Amino acid sequence: MSDTRAPARWRAYALVAPALAVIALFFVFPLILSAVLAFRNAAGGLTWEHFAKAWDLYQKDLVFTIGIVLLSTVLIGVVAVAIAGYLTLGENKRAVAILRWLYRWPLFIPFIVTAQVMRTFLAKNGMLNHVLIGAGMIEPLQAQSMLDWRGIVVAFVWKQAPFVTLLLAGAMAAIDRQHIEAARNLGASRLRVLFEIILPQARRTLLVGLVLSFVTMLSVLSVPMMINPNSPTMLTVDIAYRINSHGDYAVANALCLMSLVLASFGAWFYLREAARKAAA
Amino acid sequence: MTGVARPGVKWGDTVARVVVIVLLAFAIFGPLANLALWGFAERWYFPNKLPQEFGFTFWARVFSPRGGALGSLWTSVAIACLTVVMTLGVAIPAGYALARLKLPARTFILLIFLLPQAVPNLPVYVNIARVFYELNLNGTILGVVLVHAAHGLVLAVWIASAAFAAIDVSLEEAARNMGASAWRCWTTVTLPIALPGLIASAIFVFLESLDEFTGTYFVGVPDVTTLPLLMFNASMGGNYQIASITAMLLLLPSIAFMLLVERFLKADVLAMIGR
Repeated sequence: MSDTRAPARWRAYALVAPALAVIALFFVFPLILSAVLAFRNAAGGLTWEHFAKAWDLYQKDLVFTIGIVLLSTVLIGVVAVAIAGYLTLGENKRAVAILRWLYRWPLFIPFIVTAQVMRTFLAKNGMLNHVLIGAGMIEPLQAQSMLDWRGIVVAFVWKQAPFVTLLLAGAMAAIDRQHIEAARNLGASRLRVLFEIILPQARRTLLVGLVLSFVTMLSVLSVPMMINPNSPTMLTVDIAYRINSHGDYAVANALCLMSLVLASFGAWFYLREAARKAAA
Repeated sequence: MTGVARPGVKWGDTVARVVVIVLLAFAIFGPLANLALWGFAERWYFPNKLPQEFGFTFWARVFSPRGGALGSLWTSVAIACLTVVMTLGVAIPAGYALARLKLPARTFILLIFLLPQAVPNLPVYVNIARVFYELNLNGTILGVVLVHAAHGLVLAVWIASAAFAAIDVSLEEAARNMGASAWRCWTTVTLPIALPGLIASAIFVFLESLDEFTGTYFVGVPDVTTLPLLMFNASMGGNYQIASITAMLLLLPSIAFMLLVERFLKADVLAMIGR
């Protein structure tokens, strides 16, 4: 910066450098460290033993994690398409306005608060059971706690669906209304317009939103820890357990790498879309 | 909610609409109402539908010096403010360069700033805690701020870059033509126009830091207890009243921001994000 005769390019790099340094030191470096530690044995050589041990101890949790995250992603997609679709195509102005006001409440609520909220709501003596009993839909004796895999899925969908809906509704609103009106005039039902005209054009935004949610859910610790801490549980809880109870960074990092591989499927989609958008 | 509106179906449509909206409202506000009930419950045992006794005893306990809520609140706010200062300090120059200067690897650099969003953060927190432990940064405010800043940079850089990209360059050129120095042009033209976007990114970073749990859980132990950690400890210890009250304290800024976000993030800036 001090030398104004230096090419403008170097000035630009100098302005970006501090931010890049923060990411490199406090994000990229620990990430590489994770990969190194997962493969290094006590003597400093290359080994697969940590993965073998992680697989031995936690294969059930790996399957559990994949199942939960995939199911949640699908449900988030369904909810987001339903709400964003109605916001775009709904003909009752009042219903659309109410929906628009309603759906975004969980948007900025942190995961840890979501976990606490669901811990009380879905418990055996939680409000959900009381309302179901009050409505005569279940008998008091049938009341059961949902604080297991179902609780995690509910918490994830509750927290992430508004985020994907927000992105998707924005993308849908940007679509040329003439396409929609033309199809409606030709007699296409609203469902058909949604799935054959609107969704294909907003597909990319939906994909990005779902991938971001997928990756986020893979690394949330508070929700599984507070809703379903006992086995089988999610890999994040196992990682925290390996470190806090055993100081076992090797197996913890092997588990970390497993979740990174899972995320990389999603991240690959995401970065490809982002690169395509940035290039456009 | 069928597509075709025949006269006979109309009434059924209205009923279906009301039912769906009521169910959705319950799904969203039910859990929050349950939290509020716990916050004001003195005694609440199964199978009572509502607390047997309401009151403020636990609020007094949370805010008493031994309850730790005020201490945690200040720790959280201090960490969040320092994170904002540090993040914006590096994000504003970076955002300006990405938006306005010629950077050959621009797309690649924007993608690097996306990493913390596209990669699970837990491996990073776990290993940074290990490194910080050796540097004696574990359990310090600085350590927590550094971790929060790395994560907050994504939004900050992207929003700052969008805010600068949305400025009409001819305004700056006019100022320079009338003899303003580069610095004067920056402080009196560029910065004031970009300010709402920058404030929005500051608020995002502040909230992210305030709500952050996992990084603090690994890096902050044992000495830094932020509000989310206090809530977590109370909840795991089975004290639902204290956990719910702390959760409500965390909810307030989040909901306030949700209602305000559109005031700061104008459509022209939003449209430039990621460009």
